[in-house]
Amino acid sequence: MIQTIAFYLFAIMVIAAGVLTVTARNPVHSVLWLILAFFNAAGLMVLVGAEFIALLLVIVYVGAVAVLFLFVVMMLDIDFAELRAGFARYAPFGVLLVLVLLAEIVFATAAWNAGGIDMARAVAPIPAEVPNIQALGTVIYTRYLYIFEAAGLVLLVAMIGAIVLTHRARGGVRSQNASQQIRRRPEDAVRNVNQPVGQGVEI
Amino acid sequence: MIGLQHYVIVSAILFVTGVFGIFLNRKNVIIILMAIELILLSVNINLVAFSAYLGDLVGQVFAMFVLTVAAGEAAIGLAILVIYFRGRGTIAVDDINRMKG
Repeated sequence: MIQTIAFYLFAIMVIAAGVLTVTARNPVHSVLWLILAFFNAAGLMVLVGAEFIALLLVIVYVGAVAVLFLFVVMMLDIDFAELRAGFARYAPFGVLLVLVLLAEIVFATAAWNAGGIDMARAVAPIPAEVPNIQALGTVIYTRYLYIFEAAGLVLLVAMIGAIVLTHRARGGVRSQNASQQIRRRPEDAVRNVNQPVGQGVEI
Repeated sequence: MIGLQHYVIVSAILFVTGVFGIFLNRKNVIIILMAIELILLSVNINLVAFSAYLGDLVGQVFAMFVLTVAAGEAAIGLAILVIYFRGRGTIAVDDINRMKG
């Protein structure tokens, strides 16, 4: 019973937050609604026993991605009112397309319900009496190890790409060049002169 | 009792919300990126729900990879957005035609 109530609460909240994300007037509010949507989606995942993915969602999305969005929205000085021009013009077409898409998905789901997947042939059956994180770790670090490392590579490439794209070399900055300093010898810089009396120093 | 159908329908509604968001905010690329995040979130809900109801862990492993790709996509997308803003002073993306593609 409490599970049903929790499901409907999370489901309604995630959909409402999603709708408000795409319709909010202020992009900062959009990001905050997106965070709410992520939290409620994590709740939905906890309900079916996928705690690890739920926690990952909160940590990765809310902790990293949403903060990145917030940072970019606040850093750029953008006239958002001008960007909303044509908001109403595209809405009817969007609603039409969305209704068609939704009807298709629901129809496909109903068709799937007729059967077709053999439940007994699970690739990695969820073991009983083992926590979700432990079961997931057993699968990831054995059978899917190479794919897991490939995921790490994807993150590395994304990080290097983001740094290379946004890095800006400033001209006219006199920065310290350590190797040049160390290479410099006294013979290049110092000169001993036996200076006669009564004459100016040659510099 | 909550069945798989409920999860699939919630995920479908969230998916079309994301698609609707892309249509609604055709100029504002930040909201478009957020709508893409919503779409990927709905895919993750779908994967996890099927994983739980079919008793197969592979769905959750795949959801983790979707999460990885979503994080990388957001980082690269926002980096491109920042350099685009530096060059043009605006982020209106409906008239990107500099490369005449």
